[in-house]
Amino acid sequence: MSLSTEDVARIAKLARIRVTQDEIVAYQSQLNGIFGLIEAMQAVDTAGIEPMSHAQDLFQRLRADEVTEPDRKAAFQAIAPQTENGLYLVPKVIE
Amino acid sequence: MQWETVIGLEVHTQLTTQSKIFSGASIAFGAAPNTQACQVDIALPGVLPVLNKGAVERGIRFGLAIGAKLNRINSFDRKNYFYPDLPKGYQISQFALPIVEGGELTVQVGSGNELYEKTIHITRAHLEEDAGKSLHEDFHGMTGIDLNRAGTPLLEIVSEPDMRSAKEAVAYAKALHTLVTWIGICDGNMQEGSFRVDANVSVRPVGQNEFGTRREIKNLNSFRFMEQAINYEIRWQIEQIEDGHKIQQATVLFDPDTGETRAMRSKEDAHDYRYFPDPDLLPVKLDEDWIEQVRGGLPELPQQKQARYQADWHLSPYDAATLTGSRALAEYFEAVIAGLAKPDAKLVANWVMGDLSATLNKENQDIAASRISAAQLAGLLARIQDGTLSGKLAKQVFEAMWTEGGEADAIIEAKGLKQVSDSGAIEKIIDEVMAANAKSVDEFRSGKEKAFNALVGQVMKASKGKANPQQVNDLLRQKLNA
Repeated sequence: MSLSTEDVARIAKLARIRVTQDEIVAYQSQLNGIFGLIEAMQAVDTAGIEPMSHAQDLFQRLRADEVTEPDRKAAFQAIAPQTENGLYLVPKVIE
Repeated sequence: MQWETVIGLEVHTQLTTQSKIFSGASIAFGAAPNTQACQVDIALPGVLPVLNKGAVERGIRFGLAIGAKLNRINSFDRKNYFYPDLPKGYQISQFALPIVEGGELTVQVGSGNELYEKTIHITRAHLEEDAGKSLHEDFHGMTGIDLNRAGTPLLEIVSEPDMRSAKEAVAYAKALHTLVTWIGICDGNMQEGSFRVDANVSVRPVGQNEFGTRREIKNLNSFRFMEQAINYEIRWQIEQIEDGHKIQQATVLFDPDTGETRAMRSKEDAHDYRYFPDPDLLPVKLDEDWIEQVRGGLPELPQQKQARYQADWHLSPYDAATLTGSRALAEYFEAVIAGLAKPDAKLVANWVMGDLSATLNKENQDIAASRISAAQLAGLLARIQDGTLSGKLAKQVFEAMWTEGGEADAIIEAKGLKQVSDSGAIEKIIDEVMAANAKSVDEFRSGKEKAFNALVGQVMKASKGKANPQQVNDLLRQKLNA
């Protein structure tokens, strides 16, 4: 599998990263290099091997269902660019 | 052309934990904005999610209740999209390995002669975190963000496209609502958004195997709106196709004011969520001891109760389903029966579904708000069983009990509502009535059956409604035929 320049532009758009035409070409070749690596790995016969969902062979520790976090709104909002009535303000977004 | 509707539902149920799914912040409803949003919920750099055992336990409970497969190993993925009320830039959800797969729910659709059963299959149910809230009005062109809801634990329950009408979809949604509140994993409060329904709706010509293109109606927060929205959507899609248009896959919203659905965004630029395993969370292992412990804590489920009511108490499927409409109602019903020396389920069912439900409906209350306890109602019904009260007198006692409180015996005593079953006393009244209504007596004796009812009415009136109606009938007929 290899990516077209359109694929790269689309990935950049989904990730909200602005890229120039030159960068698209550079990323295309870098990303295709990564795909080459994946292809090499996919050539390995993994029949009968349980897929892993994490690189570490451990299971998730669970937390007791208790409220342990105090209200630290004042501290958090002190470093926010803009707030009003306890809300964080951001540029208007309506789809 | 004949059209067939195909509906599948995705239901987001908010879980009844104390704290969030990945942080120790509270999820209590109605707090001031951002006072329940900690560093994990607002996604400060360097924070890590720690999974709430209570959320996983509720997922297990649900899986067991619908007879599903529980994935002994399940895991969390990142669903990537940008929106300001999702500060991490991704929602943690379960994509590849959800906690629950499969399972089913059998529901009753319609009523009376139209009643039928239908089994709806469940595809999967997965744990995920809720996003925050965006407030678009009144901030001088800016959007206000409240992150209290961010990180609230949800179980998203996805059905197969098994429903064929709005009625079936509503029946399934109601049954699911009953179940999740019954097993205590969700409070079911639809106004507060604890139970939100998305409906995927498509139509196809009858006999066609492939599904039509679907549109998804988002965020239905009442059963009434759900039925209206789906029915509108079905009509709209059929009209479009019959007019020669193609349905475009889209997300739509229902506007209760106009009763119409309208497209929110087309899926042309379909969301590409680029799911991948969340490296911040290890896979979750459900061990058998834990699952068995959860199973042991499950109450008798609605469908089990329905089967038992029909088998042991000979109630109709409709009555059994109505009485198990909520756990509180079923428990009340059973408590009344348990309070009777001679248990009579049919009598109790009639009163619970009749006078009690009617009174509660009139006051817009549910069974938890009943002003008559199960023990009080049992006391009243016992007096019907032993002949102290006729049905009519019992209704009077019921009304007094509802408005003024008190036990049946005290009300009967205070209001003199005791039924007269002393045949001597009744005969005396009958004699008087016959003497005063010679015309009716003659009419009956010359073959007019109608005159009999008139005489019964007079006797009942003379006894102020207290004479035992059966005895009045029997004794009056004896005397007239003498």
